[in-house]
Amino acid sequence: MVEAIALAHGWEMQHDDAVVVIGQDVGANGGVFRATAGLQERFGKDRVQDTPLAEATIAGMAVGMATHGLKPVAEIQFMGFLYPALDQIVNHLSRMRNRTRGRLTCPVVIRMPHGGGIHAPEHHSESTESMLCHIPGIRVVCPSSPARAYGLLLAAIRDPDPVMFLEPVRLYRAVRQEVADDGRALPLDVCFTLRAGSDVTVVTWGAMTLETLRAVAELDHRGISAEVIDLATLSPIDIDTILESVAKTGRLVIVHEAARNVGVGAEIAALVAEHGLYDLQAPIQRVAGFDTVMPLFRLEHDYIPSVQRIIDAVELTFDEARDDQPDMSADS
Amino acid sequence: MQTVAEFQIRYRQILNPEGQAVAPLPAFAGDADELLKMYRAMTQVRVFDTKAVNLQRTGQLGTYPSSLGHEAVHIGVGAAMRPEDVLAPVYREFGTQLWRGVTMQEILLYWGGDERGSDFAVPRHDFAWCVPIATQTLHAAGAAMAFKVRGEPRCALAYIGDGGTSEGAFYEALNVAGARALPVVFLVVNNGWAISVPVAAQTAAQTLAQKAIAAGIPGVQVDGNDVFAVREVVAAALDAARRGAGPSVIEALTYRLSDHTTADDAGRYRSADEVAHAWSLEPLLRVRAYLQAAGLWDADKEQALLEESARAVDAAVAGYLGTAKESTDAMFEHLFAALPARLLEQRLMARKYGAKSSGH
Repeated sequence: MVEAIALAHGWEMQHDDAVVVIGQDVGANGGVFRATAGLQERFGKDRVQDTPLAEATIAGMAVGMATHGLKPVAEIQFMGFLYPALDQIVNHLSRMRNRTRGRLTCPVVIRMPHGGGIHAPEHHSESTESMLCHIPGIRVVCPSSPARAYGLLLAAIRDPDPVMFLEPVRLYRAVRQEVADDGRALPLDVCFTLRAGSDVTVVTWGAMTLETLRAVAELDHRGISAEVIDLATLSPIDIDTILESVAKTGRLVIVHEAARNVGVGAEIAALVAEHGLYDLQAPIQRVAGFDTVMPLFRLEHDYIPSVQRIIDAVELTFDEARDDQPDMSADS
Repeated sequence: MQTVAEFQIRYRQILNPEGQAVAPLPAFAGDADELLKMYRAMTQVRVFDTKAVNLQRTGQLGTYPSSLGHEAVHIGVGAAMRPEDVLAPVYREFGTQLWRGVTMQEILLYWGGDERGSDFAVPRHDFAWCVPIATQTLHAAGAAMAFKVRGEPRCALAYIGDGGTSEGAFYEALNVAGARALPVVFLVVNNGWAISVPVAAQTAAQTLAQKAIAAGIPGVQVDGNDVFAVREVVAAALDAARRGAGPSVIEALTYRLSDHTTADDAGRYRSADEVAHAWSLEPLLRVRAYLQAAGLWDADKEQALLEESARAVDAAVAGYLGTAKESTDAMFEHLFAALPARLLEQRLMARKYGAKSSGH
C-alpha cells in the first residue's frame, strides 16, 4: 500500500504545481515508511521539504501555505506525534473557511500512520481517529487497500478542504495489489461495500478489514451471509449506505481497532438507533480495542480485535435467547 | 572556556517623548503629507477605540481588546508594509488593519459577534484576528514559505505580544523561519503586561528581542511609542526579508494604557503611578509636538481632525448596528466548500429552532 501512496503523490505533483509535500524525513529519506520515496529527486527541494522536528510547525505552516496559493500534503511521522499539531488543526485548519466566511481556505492533507500490529515502539501504534472525527470542518479518511489508498489520497489532495488521511501501518507492506497509476480518484464521503451479504452488516475500516473479511469467510461456512462495509470516510459518515444495508440484513456489528469508549463505532450505533431501530432484529454489537492503553508489542495482538472476537460478536446477533451473553456489569 | 557565541541587542529611538529628533530622520520624515497621514491614522484609531469601549459598556459590543497606547506600533507597521504583504495580527492591532484597508465597521462586526467581520473586503489576503496565542506566527511563516516557493517578492509580518513569546509556537516559528530564510518579520509588542502578568514574571530574558538569537536570526528593540522609529525599523526588516536576507524579530517597547480587554480590571494588579507615568510617554503626544514644531499642525487642525474622526466612527457604528444578523444557515454554509449530506438535517433543525432576534 505504501507504494500506492507514493504513486498518488507523484501523479498529483506532476499534474498540479501547487501541490507541495512537507514533513519530517520526507525528502532525501523518502519518509520513514517510504511513502514519499523519490519525490524530492523528481520535484526538487522547494516542493518536497523536510521540516524541522516540530509538528505544530508542520500544521501551522500548512495553514499559511494553503491560504496563500499552495496545496500542502503534510506527513506526521506517527499518529502518536500528532498531538502538538492539534492546536493548529482544531483552532485554525478546520475553522479557517468558516471563520472568514470563505475568504481564506485550507486545501491541506495531513497524512499519518495509524494503528498497531507491526511491533513498533511505544506511542507508535495508537488509533485515535475519534478525536479527529469530533472536529467540525475537517474530513477523516482511512483507506483499507492499496487501490483505495491511491484513489482516496488523490481525492483528498484535490478536495478544497482539509483532510486527515490515516494510513493503517499493518497494510503498508502486508497487502499487495496492482494499482493502475491513472490519476483516477475515488469519492470521499461514501462507504465501500467490500462484500455483499444478506444476514448481517459488518462495518469496519482500515486494517480491521483484514480480520473482518477472514471472520465473515468463516461465518459463510457456518451459513451466515455477512455484508462488509468499509467506512473509508470516518467523518462525515455515509450513514445512508449503512442504513440501507441494515434494512436488508436486520443486524449490525461494528469493528474497529480504536478503543470502544466514544469511538467512531458509538456514533454509527447511535445513528442506526436513531434512523434504523425498527430494522434491527438484534442489539448492535461493537468489537473494538479495549478502553485501556495500547500495550507494547508483546500484547498488541491481544488488544487488536481478533477474528474470533468478530465471529463471536456476529453470532451473538443471531442468539435469540441471548442468555449466554457475557455479563458486562460484573467483575467476576 | 572559550567564548563561542556572543550577541548584542540594539535599540532605536528617533523622536524622544518631547517630540525632538534624537537620531537622523528617515527619508519619509521629509514628506509632510505622509507624516500628517500617519498622525491622522493614529488619531482615528484612538477615537475609534474610545467609541468601541463605550459600545461595550452600553451592551452594544462584545468583549473588546482596546489598542490604547499602541498607536505608534500599529501605524508604524502599517506604513512600513506594502499592500501585497501579508499581516498575521493577534487581536488588538486595529491601527495596522485600518491602514491596510480593513474598515471600522468590519472590526465592530467581528467584536460584535459576527464572522462576516473577518471577511474583509480589503485586503483579501491578510489573516483574521487570532485568539489562540502565538499560533499566528506559524501562519505567517507558512505564507512566507508560499511566497518563497512561488517566487513572489512579498513578505509576511506576524504580531505577537510579550506573553505570547513564552509559547512554543513562537519559538517554532522563529526556528523554521531562520532555518529556511523565510521572508517574514515577527513584531513583538512588549506592552509590559500579559493580562495581569508582567514581563519580568514571564521570562528571565533581559529583552524579548534576544529570543531571536537562539533561532539564528537578528533581533532588535525599538521605542514602540515612536512612530518614526517603528516605521524605519520595520521597513528595514521587510526590505531585508524581501531581498532574501531572511527573517527578523523586532521588539517594540510600549505600554498597554487600557485594561487587557473590557472584561479585565487592571486596577487589581498594577499601580496608578505606573499608568500615569506611561501616559507621559504615550505615542500621540510626541508626534503632535513634532508636527507643531515643524509648523504642520495647530489647535484648529487638531479640533477639525477629532471631529472628522468622530464622524467616521459614527458612520461605522451606524453601519454595524444596522447590519442584521446572519441566518442560521451561515453556521453551515462555510464549513466546507460544499455541505456534506450528513449536515443537511442539522441545518434544517437550526432553521426550525433558531432565534429570531436581531442579535445585538
